[in-house]
Amino acid sequence: MKECYLGVDIGSISTKGAIIDDDNNIVASAYIWTEGNPVKAVRNLMRILKEQLPDSYILKGIGTTGSARKLIGLMLKANIVKNEITAHAVGTLTFYPDVRTILEIGGQDSKIILLKNGIITNYAMNTLCAAGTGSFLSSQAKRLGLDVNEFGTYALKSKNPVKIAARCTVFAESDLVHKAQVGYPKEDIVAGLCKSIVLNYLNNVGKGKKIEAPIIFQGGVSKNAGVVKYFKEVLGEEIIVDENSHLMGAIGIAVMARRHKTGHTYSLEMNNIKFDTKAMECTRCSNNCELLKIYRNNELVDSWGSKCGKY
Amino acid sequence: MTKIAYPLMGDYHVPAKFLLSHILNAEIISPPPITNKTIELGTKYSPEFVCTPFKYTLGTMIESIEKGANALIQMGGGCRYGYYAEVQEQILKDLGYDVTLINLVTKGKTDFRRIVREFKKIDKHFSLLKALYYGFITVKMVKYMDTIDDYIRENIGFELEAGSFEALKFKMLRDFGKVDSYHELYKKYKYYLKEFAKVKIHKPDNCLKIGIIGELYTVMEPFSNYFLEKELAQNHIEIKRFTNAHYLLFEKTWAIKRYLKDMKPYIKYQMGADASDNIARTKYLCEAGYDGIIHIKSSFCTPEIGAMPIINKIAGQYEKPVIFFSFDANTSETGIKTRLEAFYDMLEMRRGK
Repeated sequence: MKECYLGVDIGSISTKGAIIDDDNNIVASAYIWTEGNPVKAVRNLMRILKEQLPDSYILKGIGTTGSARKLIGLMLKANIVKNEITAHAVGTLTFYPDVRTILEIGGQDSKIILLKNGIITNYAMNTLCAAGTGSFLSSQAKRLGLDVNEFGTYALKSKNPVKIAARCTVFAESDLVHKAQVGYPKEDIVAGLCKSIVLNYLNNVGKGKKIEAPIIFQGGVSKNAGVVKYFKEVLGEEIIVDENSHLMGAIGIAVMARRHKTGHTYSLEMNNIKFDTKAMECTRCSNNCELLKIYRNNELVDSWGSKCGKY
Repeated sequence: MTKIAYPLMGDYHVPAKFLLSHILNAEIISPPPITNKTIELGTKYSPEFVCTPFKYTLGTMIESIEKGANALIQMGGGCRYGYYAEVQEQILKDLGYDVTLINLVTKGKTDFRRIVREFKKIDKHFSLLKALYYGFITVKMVKYMDTIDDYIRENIGFELEAGSFEALKFKMLRDFGKVDSYHELYKKYKYYLKEFAKVKIHKPDNCLKIGIIGELYTVMEPFSNYFLEKELAQNHIEIKRFTNAHYLLFEKTWAIKRYLKDMKPYIKYQMGADASDNIARTKYLCEAGYDGIIHIKSSFCTPEIGAMPIINKIAGQYEKPVIFFSFDANTSETGIKTRLEAFYDMLEMRRGK
């Protein structure tokens, strides 16, 4: 029996799962859409992973990361729950120990992580703006009648990308409509959008950060060839995109689950587990905290959102 | 009869209430603790891009008026804070409330003669001598509270029994509010110093140490920084914080001259509010071996925005991580938590190597 470890990265748009063994080989992996229901998405994910996993492996650790990490951590009884910044850094360091800069653009957020000698020295995450993230790209792709998957290759066709005012998604959208209405070719507009994502990211998240090679680009948007091209062009450096770049967070948290293994054996079986959440508003004081109670097999496992600690 | 109230900040409502109740023959209205309702009220009636402390204090004022107050105390400082009292008075008047605002600091200065005149309007028998005596006790009380708070901040992350520091502090504040003479206050202070030293802690020598700097109100009022210090303490981190009421009232005037001298390579003039102080503290924290620096401010705080690039530069020279947070009524708590979590993961990783 070989030991293996599961990492689950539940993002706003997609849910990623990766199972690795002791030598960092990926035994099984899956990438599905979250569709606003992380619990359901994780159930699906577990089913897919279970089909892929050979019988000779035994699961020895589970880690969760991403925006639903706490909830899913409770559901899977994970032995480690960590934020996505650390997970991405650890995952990337496993494969590229001398990386200096990690650019990450996901569905809802984008971050930059600077490293030196294998440790994080600085990081930043976008605060308010969605103009440099994947959800902006996918909504604009829909507007132009394109599939997100072909968006990047479409951008590569362009020789003369249009300039799009990408300071803010709302302005970018009206500018985009304007450019389309005055008759610019579609590929130029698509390329302009990809370039605007890059500029926005560098002006917003990457502001004041010294970006040094080797640079690794990951997150869902790294699969977009157009964005990669403009990153290369703007930064003037080689950009490494790993074939598993979309799974890096899941791999990172799996590596951490291995480091913190407890000796317990875990199961991928999810069918016999009932998992419910109940939301309520507390009216004891004028804070009106929104409480969320979490039940696992009808047993209260945790409740969140209380400011005073009564719950 | 005049019913007087004051804005809230941290635990300083205890000395404020103590002072007012002893020197004025007026009813003291204790404002309700800051909750979501406070900030909602404040946001509703404030200009949108005003700094967040304005919204908090305005919210507290409205809540106190609803409780019956008809005289309010406000102060001013070296930034937009200098206009709080005037603007808030106008807003309250526009809302139809009939209240007097007593501004303790006008034009950046505390004019005692004017304040005495204001107090005499409220209470004909206002005695300056009595005010000076209780003023002295209040100042000492603030000093003692700040000294004990410093001790708590260093050790609360390592208490063996969760909540023991907080429970003791609650008792201490209650007792401080009840004292009647300086002698009594001093006795209580010594007693609680001993009590706090008795609280069992388990503190490793190599614990993580973080310095918190930033805009004064956000630093001092835990509700406005989403209980950042509590969050850090739960992760077993020693906290150093410089800004407290005693510093602002008495030490700052002298300290700032020294700071400006020390920080010559970076700044020439005072930058308003606590910006230059924070730049000097950044250097101190970097040199004193702290693991990281957290800079917090309310959104739209102009002096701190000016200080941020310089803080970044100093931290970069010393290779110390620094993280910036901006708080206002719409800040996402999860976002703050994720970044904080990543921050101490990073500090631990740096320690590990």
